[in-house]
Amino acid sequence: MAEINREDVAHLARLAHIDMSAEELDRMTGELAVIVDSIKRVSEVAGDDIPTTSHPIPLSNVYREDVVGETLTNEEALSGAPDNADGRFKVPAILDGE
Amino acid sequence: MTELIRLSAAALAQKLASREISAVEATQAHLDRIAHVDGGDDGVHAFLHVNTDEALAVAAGVDKARANSEELHALAGVPIAVKDLIVTKGQPTTAGSKILEGWHSPYDATVIRRLRAAGMPILGKTNLDEFAMGSSTEHSAYGPTRNPWDLDRIPGGSGGGSAAAVAAFEAPLALGTDTGGSIRQPGAVTGTVGVKPTYGGVSRYGAIAMASSLDQIGPVSRTVLDSALLHEVIGGHDPNDSTSLTDPLGALVEAARLGNVEGMRIGVIKELQGEGYQAGVLTRFQESLELLRGAGAEIVEVSCPNFEYALGAYYLIMPSEASSNLAKYDGVRFGLRVVPDGAPTIERVMGATRAAGFGDEVKRRIILGTYALSAGYYAAYYGSAQKVRTLIQRDFDNAFKQADVLISPTAPTTAFKLGEKLNDPLAMYLNDVATIPANMAGVPGLSLPGGLADEDGLPVGIQLLAPARQDARLYRVGAVLESLLEASWGGPLLDRAPALRPDVLGSNGAADRVETSTAGGTN
Repeated sequence: MAEINREDVAHLARLAHIDMSAEELDRMTGELAVIVDSIKRVSEVAGDDIPTTSHPIPLSNVYREDVVGETLTNEEALSGAPDNADGRFKVPAILDGE
Repeated sequence: MTELIRLSAAALAQKLASREISAVEATQAHLDRIAHVDGGDDGVHAFLHVNTDEALAVAAGVDKARANSEELHALAGVPIAVKDLIVTKGQPTTAGSKILEGWHSPYDATVIRRLRAAGMPILGKTNLDEFAMGSSTEHSAYGPTRNPWDLDRIPGGSGGGSAAAVAAFEAPLALGTDTGGSIRQPGAVTGTVGVKPTYGGVSRYGAIAMASSLDQIGPVSRTVLDSALLHEVIGGHDPNDSTSLTDPLGALVEAARLGNVEGMRIGVIKELQGEGYQAGVLTRFQESLELLRGAGAEIVEVSCPNFEYALGAYYLIMPSEASSNLAKYDGVRFGLRVVPDGAPTIERVMGATRAAGFGDEVKRRIILGTYALSAGYYAAYYGSAQKVRTLIQRDFDNAFKQADVLISPTAPTTAFKLGEKLNDPLAMYLNDVATIPANMAGVPGLSLPGGLADEDGLPVGIQLLAPARQDARLYRVGAVLESLLEASWGGPLLDRAPALRPDVLGSNGAADRVETSTAGGTN
């Protein structure tokens, strides 16, 4: 498996929407390289014939009756948001230059 | 009042039922204890928020109901502390993160609704590693919790606050969450009891998600019976959690009271001992095996060869799920929003908000998870880890053909010094080497105190593991081992813990109260 480098970490940080300083990227790259190196052995035992497990206790699809349940009010749903207007979450500009 | 706070939840419940004490007295005694030992520079710092008014009001309601001879739950009036990863109406919930500072949930977790229905006063919210990511509670954005056995040492993590609160007699019971050992490992290093139920046995609705296929809420206490009592309050099916099991919980309290291991086969996991385990931990572990053998259990050795890959697979699956679960903290719906200068777009606001709101360990795991899930690496990393998960389940299946219950040390070492492993993430991760397999397979696990290590005089944890849905076996074996150990010690292990702030205790405790900090702001 490939090593993780500073460029990878910078790209991943952008994907994850976390701004990182140059110093932080350096430190994070070093730490992640050690961690990735220690966990890559998992592929040694993961043969083609072994099925994957995504959930510890198998359950079939779980449905509920299609009736109105207890829900949050509009005020409750907005109560933890940093900003709201007209009963909706208010966000900064979506696109640049508008 | 000193005696009151040292009572087990079961004993406290009895005194409440017989009206020897009132719920207000019981709650006030614990609030006084919190005020006395939790705050200040060398305080335990188990609590992020103390819920004084509501707790006393709930207690007064229980007293009134009892005076009117209303039918009450057995634990009505027994106070409890709640890990600050579980959402509560009327109190802040921070998850130990700056990104949720001051946030109040508009709803209660299912387990909280059940505590309220039972009439259990909630003393407050306990400290944790940020978003439950850590093994020492040092990754809390609000400062570490200290181990009541030695204030310079870690209380384990992520649920160090809940374990320390119970160990320091600030609460008889607490709730924790366990994704890779966050209930059991703090239990081990603080000399307390902690249980991770079968996955799906307790509703996760209202537990802030870290890794959804691994997370589980469970009890924290000083005795095995107390954990069983609390487990029966919080457990059972909940339609609000689609992974909640519909099976009955089993007679957990009855199992804890049964006290008999005769003829039971107890399997020692070969791979969870030896190299990497502190000598004093292994000595206490062997003593526990001898006690169980003496009580009529058959001790057998079982092999789980794939457990050596569990830690690696865990550190792929857990960050992958966490990176997805934590995407919701985007500065729009919850808590913090950081707006950079100029007229920034939402994308730049997200980047700045998450940079300021998340701590280093959370960022590390988000980046690691994003990496493991990215195109080109998915099959090699996440896919392989899911296959290892199958292999671990097969190891458990084979082991449980030879044994009714498995046993191991809970953690490889006793509590280490604050700061000792903070800059070495990999060394920190190794604390969970013995607890992670249970989460990977969904099986239940219990940690109970096994004594003090000879070399440092600090608590050692013994872990019991049972097949999925057989949580009752943990309580049955745990209660027997606990009573044998306590007989050999001449009392509970916590009797040997140092007194906290003894200089003012008993004389004028109320006058010396230290202000406790509240992470979530004023309430």
